[in-house]
This record gives sequence, structure tokens and C-alpha cells, in this order.
Amino acid sequence: MVQLTLPKNSKITQGKTWPHAPKAGDETEFRVYRWNPDDGGNPSIDTYFVDRGSCGPMVLDALIWIKNNIDPTLTFRRSCREGVCGSCAMNIDGVNTLACTKAMDDIKGAVKIYPLPHQPVVKDLVPDLNNFYAQYASIQPWLKTDTPAPEKEWRQSHDDRAKLDGLYECILCACCSTSCPSYWWNSDRYLGPAALLQANRWVKDSRDERTGERLDDLEDPFRIYRCHTILNCSKACPKGLNPAKEIAELKKAMVERQV
Amino acid sequence: MTESPARRMTPLRRVRGLGSAHSGTRDFWHQRVTSVAGIPLTIAFIVIVASLLGRNHAAVVQILGSPLVAIIMLLFIINMAYHMWIGMQEIVLDYFHDEYIKLSLLVANTFFVFAVTFASVFAILKLSFGV
Repeated sequence: MVQLTLPKNSKITQGKTWPHAPKAGDETEFRVYRWNPDDGGNPSIDTYFVDRGSCGPMVLDALIWIKNNIDPTLTFRRSCREGVCGSCAMNIDGVNTLACTKAMDDIKGAVKIYPLPHQPVVKDLVPDLNNFYAQYASIQPWLKTDTPAPEKEWRQSHDDRAKLDGLYECILCACCSTSCPSYWWNSDRYLGPAALLQANRWVKDSRDERTGERLDDLEDPFRIYRCHTILNCSKACPKGLNPAKEIAELKKAMVERQV
Repeated sequence: MTESPARRMTPLRRVRGLGSAHSGTRDFWHQRVTSVAGIPLTIAFIVIVASLLGRNHAAVVQILGSPLVAIIMLLFIINMAYHMWIGMQEIVLDYFHDEYIKLSLLVANTFFVFAVTFASVFAILKLSFGV
């Protein structure tokens, strides 16, 4: 049966409240999930106060400020700081999004930050996404053709290229998949919205010659049909994409080739 | 900490598992078809039940046994039972992960649906043919 409560060693405890920065002006309170695999303790929520006078406007700016000025042990992933790499995906104020594109001022009250839900935690805000990446690999995200490669490029009409809009922009941040209840309950067998959106990116690509084979691989009660159109994925996507629509199109293609 | 055997597999091995079942589309499609069919059938069912209210036993037997009403009732029962069968199967697949419990529930679901359907169909046919 689905586990509705956290296991004993995952129950979150009250953590440390870190001191205010000296000579701080306007401050924003941060409550951040902490867990260290090395100390054997339960996860806790630490409280920090970020001096807005010396910090940028985004949540990621604040996390970097905390790491530089208060607590160097705070652990999180980040790279591009402009919504392109997808590294800093986390649960901010109850919503999965990118810390680098989420403004602190858009959040009322204290900013509460947790790692992406329902993934094993490596440390603090860093989730273990090995399963997520393997799911992406499993849909074989590359052009597959049997016709010998042309001397120059594979040709594609403007209209066919336009069909990939809303698909190629996915940065695989995992905000959608980890917001999906079906993915929470069945991530071992359900591919999740991110991998399925990517799958449809190759199904829809006019240059790919293995469309049927791709659909064969997806056609499974778990791999695709655990999607019940809950739409959390489309709501969560920080790039404004619509994974639920892409999954619906995959299902439509599967019906279409049978009737 | 001991590692479970599944954790020792590569992530890709775990994700690929036993491969694709190459099925599920039929259930998905039939679930939608029975939903659509359920709209007029449910309205008809409510109208039939409402028309039975306050009547005596003989009148109820006569209405339910009349050909048109009996056919609508049979369609309603079979359509809804099939819809329920697929729906409950989906719920079991979603929420139950222990293989033995899952299999037992899927079998129980099938038994229950067949028992309820055949009992209901038998009741309507008995009224229709007055055996």
C-alpha cells in the first residue's frame, strides 16, 4: 500500500535558528530543509535571515548568500543561475520550481525550501535523480533512422520543425515528474511526465523512422498509463511547457494505430 | 547499511525492468467509451428507477420486465460493470505495490465484477421472462 506518512528516520525535526547578520537592514526569513547523511540524525528545518541589502532578488541568490555569509555547509545544486540548466530545481513555498527564476518577493512570509519531493535525498537540497535520468535514457532520446544518412543534413519542413516547439525547451529539471502523485507512488515503473514529454519529442520528429517502435516501448500499463491527467506537471513546469498534453498525444497515437 | 539487491542493479536495468507489456491502450480506450455510453444510460436508469417509486410489486415487475426497459437496464449493468472493473484495476495498480496483495486484489476485483453483473443480469432476465 502507498506509504502516506514519512518513515521514522525521515520525520522532520526543528533545526537551528542561525543568528542575524551584523548590521542587517531589511531581512527575509528562510526555513530550509537540512539533512546530513554522515551524522545519522533526522532531517531538520534550519532558520536563516537573509539581509536583502546585500543579496540579489532570487531565491538562489539568497541560498548562495546564506552559503557565503552564514553557513557554508548548506548544500544545493546550481549552475547557470538563469533557468537554462535545471540544476537548482527544488520545492519552494510548496511548489516545485527553479530557485534561480523564483523571486523572493513573490513569496509571502518566510521562504520554505525543501528538496524535490519523493526522491531519495543525497544531502540537504540535493535529490538523487539517478532513476529520473535513467528513465530519460530509456526512451532513447536520439534520432533513429534506417535510411542511410544523407550527405548533408536530414531535411525537415518548417511546419514539422514547428511541431517540436514546446518540447525541445525541456531542461530536465524534474520539477514536473516530482510533482506528480502517480510518479510518487510508482516512479519505479511509471516513466513520469518529463521522460514522456521527451518521448513525444522523438515520436513527433518528422525525421525519426522508429515511431512505431517508440510507441511499442511506451505502451505499458505502468510506463505511460499511470498518468491520470492530474496536471500537476503542467502547473509545475518552470519553462511553461505542457507535459500533460504531450502524454495525452502519446495516448492518442496509441489509440489511433489501433482503430 | 546493507544494500538491497535491486539497489545494486544499474538505474537503467531497474527502469527497463521486464520490458514493455505492449498493452494498456485497450483498457484506456474502453474506459473512455464506457464513460461516454454511461451518460445516456445513467440518465435512462434514473428515469426508470424514478418511475418505479411508489408503485406496487406487480407494476414494478411489469415495467422492469418490458423489453425496452429490460434492454436498457442490461446495457446499463454491463456497461457500468465493465467500467467499474477497469477503474478498480487502475486504482489497485496505482496504490498497491506488494505483488501478492496486488494480484489477489485484481483477482478479487474480477470475481466481484462477474458475480455482481451475472446476479443483476439474471434478475432482469427473470423479470423479463417471468420464469
